[in-house]
Amino acid sequence: MKTLFRPALTLFVLLSVVTGIVYPLAVTGIAKVLFPDAAEGSLIIENGKPVGSRLIGQNFTDPKYFWGRPSATGPMPYNASASSGSNQGPLNPALKDAVKARIDALKASDPSQTAPIPEDLVTASGSGLDPQISPAAARWQAPRVARVRGLSEAEVSKLIDAHTEGRQLGLLGEPRVNVLALNLALDRLAKP
Amino acid sequence: MTTHAWLLLGAYLVILLLVAKPLGIYIANVMEGRGLALRVGGPIESLLYRIGGVRRDEEMGWLKYALAILLFNALGALAVYALQRLQLWLPLNPQAMANVSPDSSFNTAVSFVTNTNWQGYGGESTMSYLTQMLGLAVQNFLSAATGIVVVIALIRGFARHTAKTIGNAWVDLTRITLYVLLPISLVYAVFLVGQGVIQNFDAYKDVTTVEATRYDAPKLDAAGQPIKDDKGNAVTESVSTPTQTLAMGPVASQEAIKMLGTNGGGFFNANSAHPYENPTPLANFIQMLSIFLIPAALTLTFGRMVGDMRQGWAVLAAMTLMFVVMAVAAMSFEHQGNPLLANLGADMSVGNMEGKETRFGIADSGLFATITTLASCGAVNSMHDSFMPLGGFVPLWNMMLGEVVFGGVGTGLYGMLVFAVMAVFIAGLMIGRTPEYLGKKIEAYEMKMVSIAILVTPLLVLAGTAIAVMVPAGVAGIANPGAHGFSEILYAFTSAANNNGSAFAGLSANTPFYNTLLGIAMWFGRFGVIVPVLALAGALAAKKRITASAGTMPTHGPLFVVLLIGTVVLVGALNYVPALALGPVVEHLMLGSAH
Repeated sequence: MKTLFRPALTLFVLLSVVTGIVYPLAVTGIAKVLFPDAAEGSLIIENGKPVGSRLIGQNFTDPKYFWGRPSATGPMPYNASASSGSNQGPLNPALKDAVKARIDALKASDPSQTAPIPEDLVTASGSGLDPQISPAAARWQAPRVARVRGLSEAEVSKLIDAHTEGRQLGLLGEPRVNVLALNLALDRLAKP
Repeated sequence: MTTHAWLLLGAYLVILLLVAKPLGIYIANVMEGRGLALRVGGPIESLLYRIGGVRRDEEMGWLKYALAILLFNALGALAVYALQRLQLWLPLNPQAMANVSPDSSFNTAVSFVTNTNWQGYGGESTMSYLTQMLGLAVQNFLSAATGIVVVIALIRGFARHTAKTIGNAWVDLTRITLYVLLPISLVYAVFLVGQGVIQNFDAYKDVTTVEATRYDAPKLDAAGQPIKDDKGNAVTESVSTPTQTLAMGPVASQEAIKMLGTNGGGFFNANSAHPYENPTPLANFIQMLSIFLIPAALTLTFGRMVGDMRQGWAVLAAMTLMFVVMAVAAMSFEHQGNPLLANLGADMSVGNMEGKETRFGIADSGLFATITTLASCGAVNSMHDSFMPLGGFVPLWNMMLGEVVFGGVGTGLYGMLVFAVMAVFIAGLMIGRTPEYLGKKIEAYEMKMVSIAILVTPLLVLAGTAIAVMVPAGVAGIANPGAHGFSEILYAFTSAANNNGSAFAGLSANTPFYNTLLGIAMWFGRFGVIVPVLALAGALAAKKRITASAGTMPTHGPLFVVLLIGTVVLVGALNYVPALALGPVVEHLMLGSAH
């Protein structure tokens, strides 16, 4: 045992320094040179002030904006310092109640929209910070946003298309629309 | 399953199998002390040995090797425990995170040292940057290194004959860390930053959101305690905040080794579902590849070191076949949306999106869930607790196979080789011959070690689950009512004892009861297997090599692959079918009747 103790302790300390200090500092240094914007959180700056991150969703409830995925973070939705999903099982009555309330709210927001509501608008995301919705979920909301803002649906659809990303490399992930970016573009459209 | 899902699975397999062989041979060279990397890193390596008093040519018998591994890991556990208990007074804590409670610190220390990375805490609301990088990320490296060197020792047991030693634990740990884990992680981490993973030491950033967030918060009295009404319910008030606080940290460096070392412990609570940990589908694909990368490569390291690549390919084939079946199952089950929600009027044609991210959708989430639970990784990019009953059955069953289908780095292959010994033993019984594997006679002592290694985990899982469902402290943690609540507990102990670390995360496990019991399950689920595996290695190394005769069963053909799969599935099924029947199976039947 005694002959093992010295190598155990010294190697543990030295390998900790290499993997726990030198390595993360090296990554930080390289990242700062190559990808400074991403390393700092992909922030969106409007008029010199940070208004959010391209990667982190925000809570929208105003009918003039597109709404994102329901968020299960606490105490407020889209809490970016306490990410979380709902963890509700498929048979949990609480899940059913929550989805029903979301469907009712969406229907009330646009009684004239009779198409079935895309599922991602009524189910909570895994992180509670999902920045994106499906193109179908954006199109479902387009008539409402157009009406409230006094725009034509064609203008809004064009904006949705411009903010739609396809599958990465044609294969990976799903098509999606960044909600915050789309809403900021809408606001810019309003004040030329 | 959709065409897209098939293509995704196909692309994944092709790339994985293409990179497995070169990496496997590289690892074999490193562990045998050859190659360019060792010449480049030689001076640093020699310096480490000089300071540590390591004589690199002095090899160890299995017992000394095991003691070295245990001592090294015990030191790691102490360090991670201490860092958490003292973090408030240590540097790199811009959010002034409080010291972590003793039971949670114990649980997390054991969890990261055993490569489990079960997380009772939420990263961004609990851990300082120093604890994350110097405690947790270091163990991500060292626990991965531990797993790999144990399987290398076992492979030497097969490759050597009439030998007293199985290698030098210090040299093995150092080499695998410096020449394999560290360089791959460095490149990988930089790639992740390029995709959007953050890497900084800033305080959390407040941004002014486009729309203010209104929410109900509990009303507090003057003493800061929540006010309750006559019925004992908390009184809430409507409040509004104009800002969003973005959690920051050195994420990319930790993320890389989290996946590469099949650790799985997220920097953030939402793990690889968090956009700052896993921002794009490409990052997600690479994360999935990096989970299976080393486990797949090690099968060919094995083939190389025992001098017959076909032996490695046979093991890899058995793993791959089982993986494809489970991946197809998980993706198919999740592609079927929740019928109860469809009844409410939502369009569920996409599949079950509760707990999933838009950018990944069903296919990338189902595939990730399969990979992370077959490998003992435990990172998640979607919330398994919200999977459909059969969709959640798959990750649970994957872990119950014993984490041998690819499995954790090193642990997967030594687990599979233990099953291979079991398979030739069963075959030997059937034809009445002394079983042999790779020229080594399998006798009573070896079978005892194999039995211990196979039976320790089910014992921990089933006893732990039984205790938890019987005592109030265990039942109190359940989040979902009915059969799903039982599944949450079963999943927790399966995950802990198999050193996976994923969760049906609704379970409130950050309590003294769960922290202690799961901590014990993780420790013995890890070292209760490592010690008999090293004993097996020692016994095999000491044996003479016998030459294959006409009566020897070949262990590189399709017959052996089928036999191996049969053994793994049979042992898993015999151990767990009753428990599974009470959880996901009942839930699925209830879904049918509720619908």
